[in-house]
Amino acid sequence: MYKIFKKIELAPEVKLIEVYAPLIAQKAKPGQFVILRVSEKGERIPLTIADTNLFKGSITIVFQEVGKTTKLLGKLKEGENIIDLVGPLGNPSEIENFGTIIGVGGGVGIAALYPILKALKEKGNYVISILGARSKNYLIFRNEIERISDELYLATDDGSLGYKGFVSDVLKNILDLGKKISRIWAVGPTIMMKVISELTKPYGIKTIVSLNPIMVDGTGMCGGCRVTIGNKTMFTCVDGPEFDGHLVNFDELLLRLKTYKEEEQLALKLLEEGEEFKIASK
Amino acid sequence: MLVNKKKTPIPEQDPKERIKNFDEVALGYDSELALKEAERCLQCKDAPCIKGCPVNINIPEFIRLIKEKKFDLAIKKIKEADNLPATTGRVCPQETQCEALCTLKKIGEPVAIGRLERFVADLELQKGFDIPKIKRKNDKRIAVVGSGPAGLTCAGDLARMGFEVHIFEAFHEPGGVLIYGIPEFRLPKKIVKAEVEYIKSLGVKIFTNVVIGRTYTVDELLKEYDAVFIGTGAGTPQFLNIPGENLIGIYSANEFLTRVNLMKAYKFPEYDTPIKIGKIVGVIGGGNVAMDAARTVLRLGAEEVHILYRRTEEEMPARYEEIIHAKEEGIIFDLLVSPIRFIGDEKGKVKAIELQRMTLGEPDSSGRRRPIPIPESNYIFPLDMVIVAIGTVPNPLIARTTKDLAFTKHGTIVIDEKTGKTTKDRVFAGGDIVTGSATVISAMGAGKISARSIELLLNHNL
Ligand SMILES: Cc1cc2nc3c(=O)[nH]c(=O)nc-3n(C[C@H](O)[C@H](O)[C@H](O)COP(=O)(O)OP(=O)(O)OC[C@H]3O[C@@H](n4cnc5c(N)ncnc54)[C@H](O)[C@@H]3O)c2cc1C
Ligand code: SF4
Ligand code: FES
Repeated sequence: MYKIFKKIELAPEVKLIEVYAPLIAQKAKPGQFVILRVSEKGERIPLTIADTNLFKGSITIVFQEVGKTTKLLGKLKEGENIIDLVGPLGNPSEIENFGTIIGVGGGVGIAALYPILKALKEKGNYVISILGARSKNYLIFRNEIERISDELYLATDDGSLGYKGFVSDVLKNILDLGKKISRIWAVGPTIMMKVISELTKPYGIKTIVSLNPIMVDGTGMCGGCRVTIGNKTMFTCVDGPEFDGHLVNFDELLLRLKTYKEEEQLALKLLEEGEEFKIASK
Repeated sequence: MLVNKKKTPIPEQDPKERIKNFDEVALGYDSELALKEAERCLQCKDAPCIKGCPVNINIPEFIRLIKEKKFDLAIKKIKEADNLPATTGRVCPQETQCEALCTLKKIGEPVAIGRLERFVADLELQKGFDIPKIKRKNDKRIAVVGSGPAGLTCAGDLARMGFEVHIFEAFHEPGGVLIYGIPEFRLPKKIVKAEVEYIKSLGVKIFTNVVIGRTYTVDELLKEYDAVFIGTGAGTPQFLNIPGENLIGIYSANEFLTRVNLMKAYKFPEYDTPIKIGKIVGVIGGGNVAMDAARTVLRLGAEEVHILYRRTEEEMPARYEEIIHAKEEGIIFDLLVSPIRFIGDEKGKVKAIELQRMTLGEPDSSGRRRPIPIPESNYIFPLDMVIVAIGTVPNPLIARTTKDLAFTKHGTIVIDEKTGKTTKDRVFAGGDIVTGSATVISAMGAGKISARSIELLLNHNL
C-alpha cells in the first residue's frame, strides 16, 4: 500500500499527488515512470514521475483525469492508499552539459518535463522553456519551470496567457533566430510531439520525445507498448520511454492509442452512472 | 490379476459446454477412480518412472499410499520433492516424463501418475494444509528474484532449511506464468494462490511490485543478502518482424493472456482492463502457448479460431492432450502456412494476413522436418485479430544492469548445471531464464538444485 501524503488540484481535472514510495524515490531519475493500480479490479496505467522527495520518501505524480483509472485516482483523498505502485520504470533521460537546450512542454506533459529540465539546468545547460496549454488556468508548473529556466515562453490556444497559438509557433520563432541549440526535449500530447519533431527535423537539431503508449506490465513482457523507431520495433517501457523524435512513427502510435477508445468510454460512462446512482440513493 | 491396459479416464466438461466458460476442463478423479487407477501400478522395484521425474518424486511409494487409502501420507510423500503438486499434477507433460518410462507402457497405457498426483493434492487443498514446523536455524538471508515455479520452489526449500527468504516480484501478484500465462480452465487461479500461500506459510516473505534491475539491482541485493537466486523466466515476447505487425488487433500471446488471466479482461467492464476480441482469429504458432491462446479467445466469443502453423501436427511442440482438447473445442488447424505480412484498414486495424504455403524438407537441428516455402503459393486470409505465439526470450533488464554475470547470445544466464551457480559470486539462477521457455517442473527442479547449493555454500562454505 502506498499512502497519498498530499493532493492538490493544479488545474481543472489535473491533479498532483505525493505518494509514499521510499524505494522508488531513492532510485527515480528524470524521465522515468511508474505503473500503478488503484483498486483490486483496476488496470495498470503508466504515469511519469514529476518529482521526488528523499527526506519524505515520496514521489510526485501529476495526471489528467481522462479515463476511469485516473478519475478514481483523482478521487483518492490524502491519507488514502494506492494499492499497487511499481517503478521506477523506463530508462532515465540522458543528462549532460549540451550547451543550450530547449524544453517544450504541453498540458500535463509539463510536469514530466520538469525533472528533466531541472537536471539539465543543474548540469550547467542554458535552458529555454516553452510551455503550452489550452488556456491560462490549464497551465501547470509555471513557477517550478520558471525557477530553472534561463528563458521562459508561454503559449495558450486562446491567448489568455502569453502567445496566442501553439508551442510549435514559438519554437519556430526561436529556431529562426539562428542561435545554436544543441538539443530539444518535447514532452506532451502525442500530436504535439509529432508536430515538434516534424518542425525541428529540417533544422537538424536532435529532438527527444517521451512516448506514452498503452502499457500493461511496463517491464518488457507484453509488447503492447511497441512502437516503430526508424525501421525497428521497440518496446517503449524497456527501450524508452524517450526516443529520437525524428525516428518515431507517430501516425502508428496515434492509431494504436485509440485501440480501446470504445471500452474506455464505456468504463467512464458506467463509472459516472454508478455515481449518479449513489447520489440518488443517498 | 490382469492389469487394465488403459488409464482410468478422467471426467471432463463436455466440449460444447466448456467453450462457454472458464471452468476447468478436466474435473479430476474422485477417490473411487483414484483407487482404481492406483491399482494398476506394478510397484516396480527399479521404478523407472522416478528417473523420468525432474524432481524425483517417489512415485511408486505415493501410489502405494493411495492404494492403502492413506491419502494424507501420499501427499506428504509427494511434497518431500514437489512444493506445488496441485499445479504439476495438472500441467506437467507427464507423457514425456514419468509416464513415458512407466513399465505398463509395454502392454498399454502408463499409470496416470499426473492424475493421481492431482487427486491427493486437491484433497489436501480442500482440507487445508499441514504446515511443517520450521525452526529458523540460522540468520542467513536469501533474496529470490521472480515468483514463478523456479523462484517459489527455491524459496520454499530454503525456508524449510531454516533460512530467511525474501522473494521480489515485478508484478502485483506472485506466481509467474502460472498466474499470468496458463489459463484458468487448465489451472484455476485459486489453486495457484493456495500453493503460493503454502510457500508463504513456510515463512517466505513475498514483496510484489519490485523490479530487479530498476527498483533494486542484483548488486544491491548482494549487499543485504547472503545469496541471490534469479528465476525471472523468459517473459519477453518475440514477434515475426514482418510488415504490418503493429496494426491494432495484433497481440503477443503474453499480452493477450496477461490481460485475460492476470488482469481479468474477460470480466470487463467489472474489471477495468479491456481486450478486443475478433470474429475470425489467427493464432500463429504450434506450442502450448498457441493452444492456450486459441482456446481462451474461443471462450471469449470469437467465431472462428485458426491455428496457423508452419509445419504439420506431428512437429507441433504442444502437448498431445492440448491439441486434442483444442480440436474437440472446434479450433481449426491451418497447417503448412507461414505469415508474410499483415494488411490493415484505414483505421490501422488488421483485416487480413498474407500466408505462404509450405512443404516439409529435411530435418533441421531440432530434429523436426524443416518447412520450405512453395513458390507462388501466397494467398490472403481475412481475419480481424491475431495472436502471435512464436516464443519468448529472457527479459533484458537484469542483463543490462548486473556486472560480471555471463549471458549466452540468446540472453539466457550461464550456469553450472549441477549447482545452479552463475559466473557471479553468491548468485544462482534457474528456470526459463537459464533454459529459455521450458516447463514448470524443470524450473522447479532447477530451483531445488540451487537451494541445495546455496545451503552448501552458506552453511558449509562449499
Ligand atoms: C501460456 C503458457 C502455457 C504454458 N503451459 C505449460 C504447461 O502446460 N506445462 C508446463 O510444464 N509448462 C508450461 N509453460 C511453461 C512454464 O510455465 C514455464 O516454463 C515456467 O513457468 C518457468 O518458470 P520460471 O519460474 O522460470 O519463470 P516464470 O514462471 O516466467 O516466472 C518468472 C517471474 O519473474 C518475474 N520477473 C521477471 N523479471 C523480473 C525482475 N526483473 N524483477 C522481479 N521479478 C521479475 C516475472 O514477473 C515472473 O513472475 C507454459 C507457458 C506459457 C506462457
Ligand atoms: S513405472 Fe509405472 S507401474 Fe512401475 S512403479 Fe512407476 S508408475 Fe508404477
Ligand atoms: S508495457 Fe508490456 S512490454 Fe512494455
